[in-house]
Amino acid sequence: MNEVLLIGGMALVTFLVRYPLLELVGKIPLPDRLFRALRYVPPAVLAAIIVPSVIMPKGEIAITPQNPFLVAGIVSALIAWRTKSLLLTILIGMITLFVYRAVFNV
Amino acid sequence: MEVGGIPFGVIFGALAVAVGISPMGAMGLSLLVFAGSAQFIGVNLVASGATIPIIILTTFVVNLRHVLYSVTLAPFVKHLPRRWLVLLGFMLTDEAFFTVINRYNQPDESPYKHWYYLGSALSMYIVWQISTLVGIIAASAVDSEQLANLGLDFTLVATFIGMLIPSIKNRPLLVAAVVGGVVAVLTYSMPNQIGLIIAAICGVTAGVIAESLQPDEKQEEPNKEEVLNAKTQRREDAK
Repeated sequence: MNEVLLIGGMALVTFLVRYPLLELVGKIPLPDRLFRALRYVPPAVLAAIIVPSVIMPKGEIAITPQNPFLVAGIVSALIAWRTKSLLLTILIGMITLFVYRAVFNV
Repeated sequence: MEVGGIPFGVIFGALAVAVGISPMGAMGLSLLVFAGSAQFIGVNLVASGATIPIIILTTFVVNLRHVLYSVTLAPFVKHLPRRWLVLLGFMLTDEAFFTVINRYNQPDESPYKHWYYLGSALSMYIVWQISTLVGIIAASAVDSEQLANLGLDFTLVATFIGMLIPSIKNRPLLVAAVVGGVVAVLTYSMPNQIGLIIAAICGVTAGVIAESLQPDEKQEEPNKEEVLNAKTQRREDAK
């Protein structure tokens, strides 16, 4: 893996979504539809990362109690829903994963 | 608020080294990209063997939400010279945005609010660098195989769950998430993680369609300013 290319590319595209509009807004009009659509990017991307990591951690769908990531993922989601606290979600999710793995040896 | 970034910086540094990125490379990502979630996703993709173009494209998609932030902030900073805008743009993260918009929305007419922006963003930047370095050093001290077996990668998944669940405030957002998640599973076997991009596009499209099918809900939705105020308020409460 060429790390210079990777870092340079990631830095460039990140800067290109942050800076130009700071400069251009007020000077050129942008479609309202675009901004409405952008609101759906975070949930779509986050779910697209989370769901496969949790239900198919080894590359095959594993919706069983033998899958500790599924169990810890469900617990994390419940904590996130009830508390809305990021740190609590991570903390309790990790503890669940460690304890579940240790107790059931999966 | 800067304190909240510390565990993530440490975890990022450790995770990056654990998946095989060099310590210099991990530090370079924090120094030059400075985007927490994009850095995490990048590391995740490196670990799963994605190619560089896919990682860069995913970074772009993941960071698209910053367009919303810069558009919202632009009216407040348009009087500043270009070198200021370049610097403020480079350091525009989620945390910086929610902190700074709160300050700009306060009724006083202080002409120095951009210094508040710079100060907040700069302190977040420094904290992110130091915590990344701590993570890199910690990971270098431990066997990377051992680190991988700890299930540290789940930290990332839990982080994303903690970000996703509270953000689902209406049905179109839920539709976007469900479709994104389902399509990601269906396209998982496609090469180079390209399924992630396809899933993102399908999720966004589904969200937009769901929104257009629900004219009533759109009317009830508070305007953008109220949403931002509510968000900043919640962040204040969480402190």
